[in-house]
Amino acid sequence: MSEPLLKIKDLIVEFPTRRALLRAVDKVSFEIAKGEVLGVVGESGAGKSLTGAAIIGLLEPPGRIAGGEIYFDGQRIDNLADEQMRHLRGKRIAMIFQDPLTSLNPLYRVGEQLIETIQTHLPMNKKQARKRAIELLDEVGIPAPETRIDGYPHQFSGGMRQRVVIALVLAGEPDLIIADEPTTALDVSIQAQIISVLKRLCSERGTAIMLITHDMGVIAEIADRMAVMYSGQIVEIGKTYDLIKNPKHPYTKGLMGSIPSMSGEVKRLVQIPGSMPRLNDIPSGCSFHPRCSKVFEPCYSKRSPQIKVGQSDVACWLYSEEDKK
Amino acid sequence: MIRRIIQSIIVMFVVALISFLLFRFVGDPVNQMVGIETTPEQREALRDKLGLNDPVIMQFFGFIKGAAQFDFGVSYQFKRPVAQMIAERAPATLELSLMSAIFALLVGIPMGVYTGLKRNSILSKFFLTVSLVGISLPTFLIGILLIYIFAVQLQVLPSFGRGEVVDIGFWSTGLLTVSGLKALILPSITLGLFQMTLIMRLVRAEMLEVMRTDYIKFARARGLSRTAINFGHALKNTLVPVITITGLQLGSVIAFAIITETVFSWPGMGLLFLHSVQNVDIPIMAAYLMLIGFLFVMINLIVDLLYVAVDPRIRVSGVSQ
Amino acid sequence: MSDMMEDKNIKEETNWFARAIDSDIFYSFTRSKLVMVAAFVTFAYFFIALFAPILATQNPFDLGSLDLMDGLTPPAWQEGGSSKFLIGTDDQGRDLLSAIMYGSRISLAVGFTSVFCAALLGISLGLISGYFGGFIDTLIMRIADIQLTFPSILIALLIDGTVSALFPEVRREDSAFWVLVLAISLSFWVQYARTVRSSVLVEKEREYVQAAKLIGLRPFIIMLRHVLPNVLGPVLVIATINLALAIITEATLSFLGVGIPVTQPSLGTLIRIGQDFLFSGEWWITIFPGVALAIIVLSVNLVGDWLRDALNPKLR
Repeated sequence: MSEPLLKIKDLIVEFPTRRALLRAVDKVSFEIAKGEVLGVVGESGAGKSLTGAAIIGLLEPPGRIAGGEIYFDGQRIDNLADEQMRHLRGKRIAMIFQDPLTSLNPLYRVGEQLIETIQTHLPMNKKQARKRAIELLDEVGIPAPETRIDGYPHQFSGGMRQRVVIALVLAGEPDLIIADEPTTALDVSIQAQIISVLKRLCSERGTAIMLITHDMGVIAEIADRMAVMYSGQIVEIGKTYDLIKNPKHPYTKGLMGSIPSMSGEVKRLVQIPGSMPRLNDIPSGCSFHPRCSKVFEPCYSKRSPQIKVGQSDVACWLYSEEDKK
Repeated sequence: MIRRIIQSIIVMFVVALISFLLFRFVGDPVNQMVGIETTPEQREALRDKLGLNDPVIMQFFGFIKGAAQFDFGVSYQFKRPVAQMIAERAPATLELSLMSAIFALLVGIPMGVYTGLKRNSILSKFFLTVSLVGISLPTFLIGILLIYIFAVQLQVLPSFGRGEVVDIGFWSTGLLTVSGLKALILPSITLGLFQMTLIMRLVRAEMLEVMRTDYIKFARARGLSRTAINFGHALKNTLVPVITITGLQLGSVIAFAIITETVFSWPGMGLLFLHSVQNVDIPIMAAYLMLIGFLFVMINLIVDLLYVAVDPRIRVSGVSQ
Repeated sequence: MSDMMEDKNIKEETNWFARAIDSDIFYSFTRSKLVMVAAFVTFAYFFIALFAPILATQNPFDLGSLDLMDGLTPPAWQEGGSSKFLIGTDDQGRDLLSAIMYGSRISLAVGFTSVFCAALLGISLGLISGYFGGFIDTLIMRIADIQLTFPSILIALLIDGTVSALFPEVRREDSAFWVLVLAISLSFWVQYARTVRSSVLVEKEREYVQAAKLIGLRPFIIMLRHVLPNVLGPVLVIATINLALAIITEATLSFLGVGIPVTQPSLGTLIRIGQDFLFSGEWWITIFPGVALAIIVLSVNLVGDWLRDALNPKLR
């Protein structure tokens, strides 16, 4: 198998506060292959965004990477100096954020921001860059790009703005895009459009995406593989289809069961009792055990390693015996 | 926009009203103007002549009309037309204010940018301490300290007066002579220190605020260089509120000039106003009030206009209204 | 199990001291040595000012006790100085150390009184403006806007001058204190009014006010009970910063000659007196009161700054 584009091993992200050392990402490991779309789901506060920020090196202090390794295209990047990391950003790894309005500088025209980004990564003069910018706007589906390129961000609608953001991110032609809740701030009808834009562009260019979201519908639409995060850890990771149809971890089961389905019989929606623990109050052993209906002896004291079940990896003690069957 | 203009007019009106009331009803203009021997009949005649027995409304309009034509009456103390006295001393104050503003901007903005970007360096902490001192110390104390160090001990700079001035038309300037320039240094720094610290703190706060925004985060995520982010994106966004506040400060600078002029015996409008308060010279007080009020209103209006020009969001929404 | 929990809760409630020590505010306070020093200095000043008559070696306000022959004595460590006048005397023979103590007394008195009056006026107007709304609200807020466009020094000067003009018969010495307090508090009430007003506007919409109205209770009183606690934090910060400003304003007005007169000099007046003697070599008359003024203002500002940061929920 060829080398994965992104490889994360036992990543730990911590926040030193006055009272305690809070661990927001607790030994997370996964890989993303070239051109693959990995969806990362979980409740708010599960550590998804921080993982993304850690990869691209934009963790806000006092947060910091306290352990683990991140490899990009075979090269270790978590220990790079900021200036070296900057050369990677935009050109090889890029990131887009939730709110397109606040992502764009309101005082500059869209074209200016595009041209600046293009010229940072590609050797072009202003005229060439402008031409390229118009092309990019066209690719993301902005009508009449030659005129709209001179507009200000507030003159675009929400969906259009997010397209501009995507255009900005594509300007450097990165290999990996980390998308942090790209559709959450948009209307439902626009969400579908943005997702299809992303899907199309990435299959055309072979860009890998790490799609962070809490919206299962988006994942089902576009992700090849899916990782479920809970309380700073990955509890299950595998092919999207497998996880949706055949969830193995009790938490994943709960998530899938809580999604209303249009087809099939109308069953009661599953609710997982309790809520995700706060960072300063994480349970011992498996952090999900207080809410788990299948909890048994090993869950209280030790955290389960990732266990291969079929094509997925599940971090649950239930499967360490079953596997041996 | 129209609302602002109407508001400005109202403020001017109120200021004019207060000035007028001051002028007319505080103290007795006639008694101030005549000697002891004047008979009551002569005083009555004078009152009539001055229009003091006319209905108050008429007097008010007369006052405003006079003000519009720069006629503010005659000073009690000096027996000279107020407008002329103010005009004579205006250049001194204006030059001083201008110099102090330039000082404040030239020093304040870079300091603010530096302390905003390099939050924890030693130099930043030093600048912040200086700013705390600048804000805490009253203007006159700073002036006295500067005099003590540079005029008394080191004896390199003068401690009073404007030095030699050159008359260009109706303006007398100290900028064209060495002694004039020297005389400007200490007063400008004194007057400008407070503004400088304000600007520095403002720029710093804005920089810190801006650096935390999403668009800066996104700019970093796109791989833009430090310089491009700090000076291209961050600085431009920072300057917008800075322009506003600085403009607003300009007005109070002219007011604070009173203190500086007192410390340095600078022959400007401020000193004139102070003497008029001490000697209860009402016409000068009223005139100064009108002038300052007008100035403030004008400045506020201009700053609003500037704000619209710089921030495109307001521009567009203003048009669509 | 639940009994134990209840006990624990009650215990936590009553042990406010432990909570105070454990709180974030106290933490940031002890963290910053500078602020602690500043607070200490501030309290030291209050103490000295309060007990000046006991601590000072001389009463500089008692004109009879002054001896002109003592005038212009340099500080004790300089040639010609004497240990009777530790940091020298002014031209009237006032012991400078005592003068500074008494002067601080007046400066602080003017400062506190002005801040108190400004707060009283501002809070009342803010409450009225916010609660009644309508014309009164607009009127008060317009006045506030107009007043805000002018710097406080100017307003204070004007009021000072106007009052003196209106009542020329009243002797400067007697009325100076109250004229100053009036002038300063009238220039500072606006910030209090605005803060209180916005709090009132928020609380007015809350359901308990509507409910109280239905029951027939005076919602005004109820709002006070809820608005005032909310408002206390910001008001305290405003007050601290205002105190420094009030002290500076008084000193400035005195320096300009329209404040506390020479017979009972405050720090500003002393500095004014001293400026004339700078060039003739009697530097102590200006410098020492100047240093005293600088220290007290800096300390109050530091405490106010820290208070503002500590009470700012955004920074926590």
